[in-house]
Amino acid sequence: MQIAIETLVGGLMLGALYALFGLGLSLSLGVMRMINIAHGDLIVLGAYLCSVIMQLLGVGPFLSLILVVPLMFVIGMLLQSLLLNRVVGGGTLSPLLLTFGLSIVLQNVLQETFSADTRSLQAGDLALRGFHLGGVSIGLLPLLSTVVSVVIFAGTNWLINGSHLGRQARAVADDPATARLVGVDDRNFFALITGFILAVIAIAAVLYGIRTPFAPSSGPERLLYSFEAVVLGGLGNIWGTFIGGVIIGVAQLFGAKVSSGLGPFFGHLVFLATLLARPDGLFRRTQR
Amino acid sequence: MLSTDSVDAYYGLFQALFGLSFSVSPGETVALIGSNGAGKSTLLKTIVGAVGVRRDGVRLDGEDVGGDSEPRQLARGVALVPEGRRLFGSLTVLENLQLAARNGRSGPWTIPRLMQEFPVMKEFQHRPSTALSGGQQQLVAISRALVCNPSYLLCDEISLGLSPLAVNEVYRLLSRARSEGLAVVLVEQNVTRALAESDRFYCIQKGRVALSGKSAEADHAKVAQAYFGM
Repeated sequence: MQIAIETLVGGLMLGALYALFGLGLSLSLGVMRMINIAHGDLIVLGAYLCSVIMQLLGVGPFLSLILVVPLMFVIGMLLQSLLLNRVVGGGTLSPLLLTFGLSIVLQNVLQETFSADTRSLQAGDLALRGFHLGGVSIGLLPLLSTVVSVVIFAGTNWLINGSHLGRQARAVADDPATARLVGVDDRNFFALITGFILAVIAIAAVLYGIRTPFAPSSGPERLLYSFEAVVLGGLGNIWGTFIGGVIIGVAQLFGAKVSSGLGPFFGHLVFLATLLARPDGLFRRTQR
Repeated sequence: MLSTDSVDAYYGLFQALFGLSFSVSPGETVALIGSNGAGKSTLLKTIVGAVGVRRDGVRLDGEDVGGDSEPRQLARGVALVPEGRRLFGSLTVLENLQLAARNGRSGPWTIPRLMQEFPVMKEFQHRPSTALSGGQQQLVAISRALVCNPSYLLCDEISLGLSPLAVNEVYRLLSRARSEGLAVVLVEQNVTRALAESDRFYCIQKGRVALSGKSAEADHAKVAQAYFGM
C-alpha cells in the first residue's frame, strides 16, 4: 500500500513536469493553430544552453535560468518572426513540415556541437534530498518541479482569461482576420507567444535535465509526452493539459513498477485507452 | 479626406476592382450600393489593408497609406465593421469591447458611455458574444469599432439578416456617431435606406463606379439601371 501511494505521488510530480512540457505545445496549437514538431528538440536545446552557461560561469542550474530564460525568449521571438510566421495561417501541413525539418536541423547541430554523449545538469545534493510525510518519502526536487509547474499553469491561465494579452490570444485563435481589424498585430503577437513558450520550455528543461540525463536525440521522446498531455487533456484547455500530463506521469511510474522498462509503454496505453473512450480528450472546450 | 485613386484590387488572379476612385470627407456619410459581387466589400477591405494595394492607391489627409496593415490603419483612424459581425466567440461582449478599446485611439467613445446610451448592452455584457441575437451582435460589432474612436467608420452590410426593429436600432447608433462628426461609409443592400441615410452615394458595378452623386438628388430609375447593369 505504501509503495502504491509513493508511486502515485511520484507519478503526480513527474506528470506535473510533463504538463509543463505540454503547456507550450498547447498554446501554439490553441492560439496559432500550429503544431511544432521541434518542441521536444527546443526543450533539449534549453537544457544544453543551461549546461553551457553553468560551465562558463560556474553557477548552479537554477541560477543559470536568469540567463537561459531571457535567451530562450529571444530565440523564440526570432524563430517565430523570421521563420514560423512565413507558414502560420496557411493550413496545418506547412508548419508541420517546416518544424519537422527544424527538428532534424536542431538535433544535428546539437550533435555536431556537443557530441552524442548524454549529459545531465548537476544540482548538488538538492537532487538527492527528500523528507518523509506520513510514511511516504517525497523528493525535494520533484516537489519543487510540481510547485513551479502549478504556479506557471496558474499564471498562464490568469493571463489567458483575465488580461489584455489573453483577450488578444483568444481573439486571434477565434478569427485572425477580424483580430487584425481591432488592432491585434497577429505576427508580432505570435512572436511574443513563441518567446513566452520558449521561456517556459527553458524552466521545464532545467527541471528535467537535473532529473534525467539528456542527449541531442532526446527531443522526440519529450515531444511525444508533451503531445500526449495536450491531446489527453483536450485541445484548447490549459488545465486539461495539466491533468493530461499528470495522468501520463502516474501511468508511467505504475508501469515502471510492473517492470522497469514498461513505464513509457503504460503511458501510451492509458493515452490510447482514454482516446478510445473520449476521442476529443478529457476536457475539450465545448464546441460553439 | 479618405480616398482611393483609380485603385485595382485582386484576389489571386481574379481582379475585383478596376481603377476605382472614391472619396469621403470628414463628417460625411457615403453609401456604396451595388449588387452582390460588385466589389463594395473589396473596396472597404482595400482601404483598411485587408486586401493588398499599391502605396498611392489609398490616401488619407494627403498621405499615401495604401497597403499598410489593418492595425496601422486603425491607429490612423480608419475602422471597419466587417460583414457578418464577426464577434469573437471566446470573448464576452465586454471583453470584445475592452480588446478594441485598448488597441484603438482614445476619444469620446468609451465603453461606459456606450453602455449608458444603449442599456441593453449593459444587460448582456458578461454573456459570450455568440449568445446574442443578430441585432444585439450588430450593436456590439459597431460599438467595437466605435470604441477605437475612428475618424472614418466603414460599415459592411450592417443591416443584413436583421429584423426591421433591429435595423432601426443599429441605425440609431450610427446616427449618434455621425452627429459627432464621424465620417461613415455604408455598404447597404437596401437602396432606399442607403440613400436616405447618406449625403452622397456611389453605385458600383463589376468593380467600377457606374453612377455617383448626391443621395438627395438620386434618380431611382438611373440608380436601378446602374445597379442591375441594364
